[in-house]
Formats: sequence, C-alpha cells, structure tokens
Amino acid sequence: MRRVVITGAGTINALGHNVAETKAAMKAGRSAIGPLEFRDVERLSVRIGAQVREYAPEDHFGRQELALYDRFTQFALLSAREAMAQAGLEISEALSERAGVVLGNSGGGVITLDDNYRTVYEDGKNRVHPFVIPKLMSNAATSQVSMAWNLRGPAFTVASACASSNHAMGQAFAMIRSGLADVMLTGGSEAMLCFGGIKAWEGLRVLSKEGCRPFSKNRNGMVQGEGGAVFVFEELDHAMARGAEILAEVAGFSMTADASDIVMPSREGAARAIAGALRDARLNPEDVGYINAHGTGTAANDRTECAAVADVFGAQAPGLMISSTKSMHGHLIGGTGAVELVAALMALNDGVIAPTVNFDEPDPACSLDVVPNVAREARVEAVLSNAFAFGGLNAVLALKKAP
Amino acid sequence: MSEDIRNRIIEIIAEQAVLETSDVSMEQTLEDLGIDSLGLVEAIFAIEESFDISVPFNANEPSESDFDISSVGAIIEAVSGLVAEQKG
Repeated sequence: MRRVVITGAGTINALGHNVAETKAAMKAGRSAIGPLEFRDVERLSVRIGAQVREYAPEDHFGRQELALYDRFTQFALLSAREAMAQAGLEISEALSERAGVVLGNSGGGVITLDDNYRTVYEDGKNRVHPFVIPKLMSNAATSQVSMAWNLRGPAFTVASACASSNHAMGQAFAMIRSGLADVMLTGGSEAMLCFGGIKAWEGLRVLSKEGCRPFSKNRNGMVQGEGGAVFVFEELDHAMARGAEILAEVAGFSMTADASDIVMPSREGAARAIAGALRDARLNPEDVGYINAHGTGTAANDRTECAAVADVFGAQAPGLMISSTKSMHGHLIGGTGAVELVAALMALNDGVIAPTVNFDEPDPACSLDVVPNVAREARVEAVLSNAFAFGGLNAVLALKKAP
Repeated sequence: MSEDIRNRIIEIIAEQAVLETSDVSMEQTLEDLGIDSLGLVEAIFAIEESFDISVPFNANEPSESDFDISSVGAIIEAVSGLVAEQKG
C-alpha cells in the first residue's frame, strides 16, 4: 500500500504567526486567550477569545487580493506558504495534475457575511461590494490555495464543524494512499471572531466567560480562537526520491458518526473513531505515547472523551499522555484539528508534549495524565489527534515518526 | 408572584414539552416533562425574550448556575426574582 508522509507544515494562530512561534508558545505553556477586540464587542456577554494579534493583512497581500480574501482565506494562504517553503516542492506541469487541496472550515467567510449584513441591515445601504460571494464562499480558501500553487488535481472543502480539518486531512491521506494524488495541501482555517460569530455561539450557552480549562474540575466552557494550519502530505516514495525532509508519517485515519444527538457527544462514537484510527495505522494501544485531545473545556466533551480513551486504551490508559492545546490557542472550530496537528508533530519531532494549561483541579471524571500546566519532555513513537464535532461527527488521525 | 409571569412560563415550558398548559404542574422537573438540554436552552431564550431579562445560565454547569431549574415551580420563582431585580 502507498504510504503518506508530511513534508511541510505552516500555521498562523493566536500563539504565533508560524510553526516555530507556535511551538515555542506551546512549550512555554503560554495561553493566547484574552479580551476580544472588534466592533460591538460590548454588546456581547462573552468577551474573551484567542485572536491573531499584530497581524496586518496588507503586509502579506495586495489590495486587489484582499478584495477576494476573507480572513479565513488569508490564514489558509499564509499557512500554505510556510508549508510549501518548508517542503521545497516544485510543482511541475506533470505534478500539478497529481497535486490537490482539501481544506476544512466550518463557517466560511463569517466576517465578510457579518460586515455586509451590517451594511444592508444596520446602515441601510442597498449595495454591497461585488466580490462578497467569491470572498465568503466556504471553498474560497481551497480555491485560492490551488490557484496560488497551480494545484490542478482533486480539490474541495470539507465542513464538519469542529472536526472539519481532521476530516479534510483524512480525505487528503486517503487520496494519496489510494493513488488519486501524489501531493495534497491539507488542513484548515477559521475566522469567526466577530460580533455575529460570537453572538450566535453565545446563544448556545457553552462558551466560558472566564477562560478555557480543559479537564479541570472547574472548567465551564469553551473559548473560541481563530487561525489555521496547512500541511504538505506527500506519497512516501515521491518524498524520498526528491530527498525531502520527512516530518512524520500519516499512518491511519478513522471517522464515525454518533447518529444520536445534534450537540451532545457520544462515548461510543468517539471510542469507535479512536479504535478505528489505531486499527487503520496498525498500531497497538501501547505504541501510542500521546493524544492531542479534542478537549474543548465543556463539561460534556471532556468527560465523554476521557471515558472513550479509557475504553480503547484499557490498562494502557494510565501511561498515556493526553493534552488539550485549546487551553492556549482556543477552539478554532473548523481549523482546530489543523493547528492541533502542530502539537502532534512537536511531540514526534521535538520530543516535547504540549501541556493542558489553566489546569486547577483534578476531575475524577477525567483521570488521565493530561500533562497539566507544564510541557514535558518525552520520546513518543506514535500519536493520535482527536476531533469530535457537533452533529456527532468524529475524526481521528494517527501519526508515526518518520520512517 | 405575578400570575402573568407564572402563566407565561408555563406556556413556554408546555410549548417545549409539546403538552397542554394544563398538563404542566409546579413540582414537575424538566426531565419529567421530557425537555432535554437543547430544549432548556431554547426555553431560557424564550423566557429572556418574553420578560426582557438576562438569565444567568451556563449549559456546562446547570446545577451550579444561580438560576434554579430543579422544577417548574423553581423556574417560576427564579424568573420572578430576576424580573423584580432587573425590571423593578
């Protein structure tokens, strides 16, 4: 069977504008969650989040480009730039047809939608910018990435709420493995930190007003973030033939549906996804040293996720490290799995496990080793990255050290 | 306690439970009425809209919120208190 490896990684998120800054923040256990800053924030009851700071789009893109690039597209393009630079991949005409893009997001151009609804509803104008649609459409990021690097093979966008990026990367992996493509740019991005974006979430009453404290007994909800990450997935022989540096092998993937509730997670659905990823990667529980948890910091997710991990890992569970980096970069919704894969790569390549920060108090319902507050040095050979979406859609990736 | 508040809350709860208002009694819990967590969040939204108040409720820790949802009667009492506090 064809094997798939990662030869490039790129990100921009609240922790940093590239992979190095993001890893440094994760190693330091620094949280980027703080007061939100945007128009009408005073009308929200939830006013914290992990925003990308010190970021000026004009520094990276031209005026005409920005007329077409919503913030979620900008994050995808900047991440892809970093990943492609690291991969050092030349897209020849021949490779172009064997190279594609699958990115995840949940909301599309939420900020573009918010701004333009304001224009017509609140400001009473009857005309909006002509590019509103190509800017806000959910596939805008995928299409712009395909155009920027002339990737003419399979390309589409995946939307499955909080699992979008993991589902996207799972599709990219399956395409290379099955022979549909040799190179895929994959990951995801999200940018919904604006008045309308947070107002909608506020209604569901699952956001915390104080902070993100996954697995801690005093947790009281999720905190939103923004940003994205993109990776270059490449067929192993293709990467070896050009002498590329291999960051990790994508060893397995699994997806399941709970088929039970539109918002409440299922232990059984999550456990089947985790077990499925292990099986697909031909890993035994004892081979896995670290899991990057979904770990939203809601009562329901964290309890269910820990139970599901315990079900699958059984006697091996106490020796396993599992952390939620959402405590630092927030919950990027459709982009979250992609940014969290950076923590998975850090575990394999740097031998450092990102911590779960803001951990105040153990919860008997989450009795695993959640790497509380301080990053830990450890050698791990294989890792998992979990994502469990609203709607009961679960997606788990398994990575191994570079072959 | 105002009769209006009581009647309006019973209407909201009955609507969520898909019951007649006459089938809703004070001692019933939301569970008795078959109202799940989403139904509760929707009912709280309807209460906020009806009385123009803000209800302190976090779905992550319903039992630790200041807002008592242990029975229909408790909800009516809690809303009456919030109306007096916020609209008084």
